Amino acid sequence: MSELTLTVIKLGFLAVLWLLVLSVTSAMRADLFGVRPPKPPKPSREAARQAKQPRNGKGFPARAVIIEGPDTGRTVPLEGAPVTFGRGDDCTMPLADEYISTQHARLRFHEGQWYVEDLGSTNGTYVGNDRLTRSTPVSVKSRFRLGKTVVELRK
Amino acid sequence: MSLDQNRLRLDQPSNDDPVVPRRGRGTELILLVFAVGISTFAYINVDLGALGEVPPDALAYMGTFAAVAGLAHIVIRIRAPYADPVILPIVVTLCGLGLAMLHRLDIADEAARANVQLTWMLLGAALFIVVLFFVRDHRILARYPYLAGLTGLVLLVLPLMPVIGHDIRGAQIWIRIGGMSFQPNEAAKIVLIIAFAGFLVQSRDALALAGRRFIGVDLPRARDLGPILIVWLTALGILTVQNDMGPSVLLFGSFVLLIYIATERISWIILGLLMMLGGAWAAYQLVSQVRPRFDLWLNPFDDPTNQIAQALFGLAYGGTIGTGLGQGYPDMIPIAESDFIGAALGEELGLAGLTAIILLYALLVSRGLRSALVLRDPFGKLLAAGLASSLMLQVFVVLGGVTKLIPMSGLTTPFLALGGSSLIMNWVLVALLIRLSDAARRPAPTEAPSYSDDAVTQVVRLR
Repeated sequence: MSELTLTVIKLGFLAVLWLLVLSVTSAMRADLFGVRPPKPPKPSREAARQAKQPRNGKGFPARAVIIEGPDTGRTVPLEGAPVTFGRGDDCTMPLADEYISTQHARLRFHEGQWYVEDLGSTNGTYVGNDRLTRSTPVSVKSRFRLGKTVVELRK
Repeated sequence: MSLDQNRLRLDQPSNDDPVVPRRGRGTELILLVFAVGISTFAYINVDLGALGEVPPDALAYMGTFAAVAGLAHIVIRIRAPYADPVILPIVVTLCGLGLAMLHRLDIADEAARANVQLTWMLLGAALFIVVLFFVRDHRILARYPYLAGLTGLVLLVLPLMPVIGHDIRGAQIWIRIGGMSFQPNEAAKIVLIIAFAGFLVQSRDALALAGRRFIGVDLPRARDLGPILIVWLTALGILTVQNDMGPSVLLFGSFVLLIYIATERISWIILGLLMMLGGAWAAYQLVSQVRPRFDLWLNPFDDPTNQIAQALFGLAYGGTIGTGLGQGYPDMIPIAESDFIGAALGEELGLAGLTAIILLYALLVSRGLRSALVLRDPFGKLLAAGLASSLMLQVFVVLGGVTKLIPMSGLTTPFLALGGSSLIMNWVLVALLIRLSDAARRPAPTEAPSYSDDAVTQVVRLR
């Protein structure tokens, strides 16, 4: 073994030892900076196209406006995420109407279409005179009623 | 507005699944491969440096290490899937460095201690697995604090028993049963920390009560001094009777640190330091083994065996980057294989290598303290903090003694030094740390979110 080889091996060993210390430290980094929340699964191209549509497309409602009831005048933007209506604080659109349930109804965007659905409310959700029993497609100028509140979709 | 955003985020489907914390088993595996590689590298490097050839059994050596690491890793996957991923790799690396240095000293002294130590490591890893399998929840250890305390005391006293007790180099800390020597204080360390943690969980409220205030420090009430006095007297008793400073420093130091952690009162640390100083002064006057240790610390070159002086020479010869494994003269330090293995490693790996080793210890201790911070039950918090701080104290006392920062006292360097009882018990300690870190990182059992689609849309059909 030549002197030079041994020196190289010696330095190599120290380097590897410190590399281990550094990799242990970097494995612990999560404690200092927190763990990144898992990324949402990437939407497929088709779904992404559809999700975008309500904002730009022609026939799609952009907001839901309350036109009757105690909360008349309030609006909520429709951006693709589900919108819930009810008396509960955790609804997207908390309402003061006494005749509606804590979680009453929901607007949901699915495959290029907005739907309204009843969330098992006591007094029901109505489109026209029909009480909803399943998801019902809605579009611009559609109205639905929950309790004394009437919601209209607008562009 | 921000509330609304929160609501929106709640409704997004991607965040409906609970956040799964990283388990880190993959990280652990990668680091373990790294650790086994370094251990083998060190072993080969020793032979290359000392004999100029690659050892014939290098592959078998690597296989043994890989088997130990792999088995421990699999058991962790099964029994403690959320355990901290860096603890096991650090321990394997330290064991590998210790074994390489023992092998190096074997070559110089023509002995075969590394093989014995390898056997002890296998036994330690086996016990590690046993502990992980049988201690499924650390809280069962909290059930009998007083029994644990008694067991710890008995273990401490065992070496004084007439038949089995046995002294080596003036320190009466060994027992010998059927040709096998064992240092029971290594086991006592763990059992006593379990006892301290259990005891302090019950009594920390009383100990935290403030008594008189003196120069800005809340002194504890006089009637609460009982436990610390008992431990202090026990430590002094061990010191006088067994002629060994290390275990008593470790015992008293861990207890004071645990009281401090349990009560958050700095006065306990001040009190503990004063009592330690008083005890040290009394021991210096009275105990035969203590005075020479202090004298050697102050004048290392007056020693006929030149132990500390040789260690200092070795460290100086090693310099910044060391002589290289197998190329120094660590065998010139008396008892380099156990108490002074730190100096031997410092000579051949230099300041750079010794610093890395100390950092590995520091990282190990920090993982223990981290678990203590995150754990949700007070006993687990105290146990994790106690185990980590006892490890820290032990490394400080030994390496401080080797480098002449403090007087040398007989404690083993965890995982590095020759000695079966120390190695095995430290593997048990690590198993407990793994168990605790698993409990700390395991996601808390959460209730189902108050709002979920399925829950609300359920309609009872009355038909």
